[in-house]
Amino acid sequence: MSELSARIEITNPTGLHARPAVKLTKLAKTVPAAAVQVALAEAGPWIDAKSVVKVMAMKAARGTAMHFRASGEQAQVAIDALVDLVRRDFDEGHAGADATT
Amino acid sequence: MPQHELTGHAAAPGIAAGVLVELAESRAAARQAGSPAEERAALEAAIAAALTDLAALAATADGDGAGMLEFQTAMLEDEALREPALEAIAAGAPADIAWAESLAAQTAEYEAAEDDYFRARASDLHDLAGRVARHLRGETEAALPPGCVVLADDLTPSRFLATNWAGGGIALRAGSKASHVAMLARARGVPMVVGLAGAKADGHTAAALDGGAGVLWLSPDPATLTRLNGVRASAAQAAADAAGLLYLPARTATGRRIATHINVADPAELDGLDPGMCDGIGLTRTELLFPASGGLPDEDRQYAVYRRIVEWAQGRPVTIRTLDAGGDKPIAGLTVDGESNPFLGLRGVRLSLSRLEIFSVQLRALARAAVHGALKIMVPMITVPAELEATRALLVQAVADLTAAGIPAVAPPLGMMVEVPAAALAPEQFDAAFYSIGSNDLTQYVTASARDIGSVASLADARNPGVLRLIAEVAAYGKRAGREVSLCGDAAGDPALTGALLTCGLESLSMAPNALPLVKAAIARHR
Repeated sequence: MSELSARIEITNPTGLHARPAVKLTKLAKTVPAAAVQVALAEAGPWIDAKSVVKVMAMKAARGTAMHFRASGEQAQVAIDALVDLVRRDFDEGHAGADATT
Repeated sequence: MPQHELTGHAAAPGIAAGVLVELAESRAAARQAGSPAEERAALEAAIAAALTDLAALAATADGDGAGMLEFQTAMLEDEALREPALEAIAAGAPADIAWAESLAAQTAEYEAAEDDYFRARASDLHDLAGRVARHLRGETEAALPPGCVVLADDLTPSRFLATNWAGGGIALRAGSKASHVAMLARARGVPMVVGLAGAKADGHTAAALDGGAGVLWLSPDPATLTRLNGVRASAAQAAADAAGLLYLPARTATGRRIATHINVADPAELDGLDPGMCDGIGLTRTELLFPASGGLPDEDRQYAVYRRIVEWAQGRPVTIRTLDAGGDKPIAGLTVDGESNPFLGLRGVRLSLSRLEIFSVQLRALARAAVHGALKIMVPMITVPAELEATRALLVQAVADLTAAGIPAVAPPLGMMVEVPAAALAPEQFDAAFYSIGSNDLTQYVTASARDIGSVASLADARNPGVLRLIAEVAAYGKRAGREVSLCGDAAGDPALTGALLTCGLESLSMAPNALPLVKAAIARHR
């Protein structure tokens, strides 16, 4: 059994809010063979990435670093998918918050 | 009864008038508790019934409403939400009390959040807690009459979605502009006022509210209703006029053609936008490509983004601004921390020229993307000609390097932002292909009023005659020299300022896409 981890930043203007949290947990659940956890710091606390209640309770703001770790058969698949989701900004098109010109 | 006027905070614009319905918090009815096993089954059944409700609501919801219901569904399906209640039931608590107390504790955590957004989620938890509790008590929620004005402490998103609001509105004693309900109300055009602490129906049976002004009238008198009807009619007229103009080139009442461009911060914004509604992109902000930290985007990634934007425009001009970090837009690892006055510090082109390894990559990506359409490069915070010339030299070098390596590239027109007063006062010293006035920064520099200091924010007004005169002089210089002058600050998207800007002689404006309809309508009225 391998354990893998990755670190990535949240760029969504409101952070890990309701819609992204739902997307993240739903995606984590599509990989049943892996246990996936998420944390705001390397040292933890590590949280079950398949529970939207627990992920929302992290209250991850914009610019927060998110750490993922996964173990089990499909650990790599799970990590890649989650990192890609965050990198795609949860597929949420958003306008720039500031309007400096 | 005599009219009673109350002022709160605007949450969703629009005028509403109708029957006043005051919602009371539902009283807990006595419920007979059974054994722990029976109580556990009762809670599970109530949760299942609540999930069925949410699925039924979701079937008719769209957009933000559907997203909110999906969130509530995911929360309610999550075992972690009910776990504390099930533990209390196992220890002998009745289901309704165990549920209410454990959800109240979880809701309180959201209410204690520092972030507005997370705090606003408390109403979602409140909503689903109430839904399950009503099923536990065997109650159903009475439907609100269509078109009523609701007065309540707060309103649940699911109740909002279950109501026919035609003509009605929402008045809340608590509530927040950042709540899901407020977002839904804005998206659906339902007028809403929050922060009406202490408001009571107290025998009043009719109400009117102005969501844009944040005012509620109980028993509104005929004069108030007549005035509000006028406001509503002219707003409806303006919206209808504006929608009809959206896909037409903008012209003033005297036939002067005004180019209307859009501002873009993220290429994802362009999905679902039809380029036919604008004359091109007048400002592409590139700061969002540069994440708060964790590495800068490489040339290929930037090239892909710029190319996508240029291709979206289908041949229309696309102005892309080089990195404008610093000031109120810090980027970790790039901008300088701890400057005593960041707005007067190392920002915009000043920063780019101090970080050539980053600036050159951006210019290379831009030169490559320019092969695919009418791309123009705009340099922010130009103060002296040497900055523009240094940028030009880097661009020429980038094109030469790319060409030597067999990579297609062209040097696009190089223009500048006019936001530093020294540049606005003497534009003729710069050899810029075009000028774009950044009215936000120009205004704060000319009025000596920082945009991010609330106590002086009202002084930073683009209507200041000093600011307007500078804009007019830059526009006049552009006409004499045959160089395009446009304006891309917030002022360009404010229909109340359109007339003043056109009077300055501007013939090109760039604004947020959703400002186009009303600004085009304001242009059409201008003589």
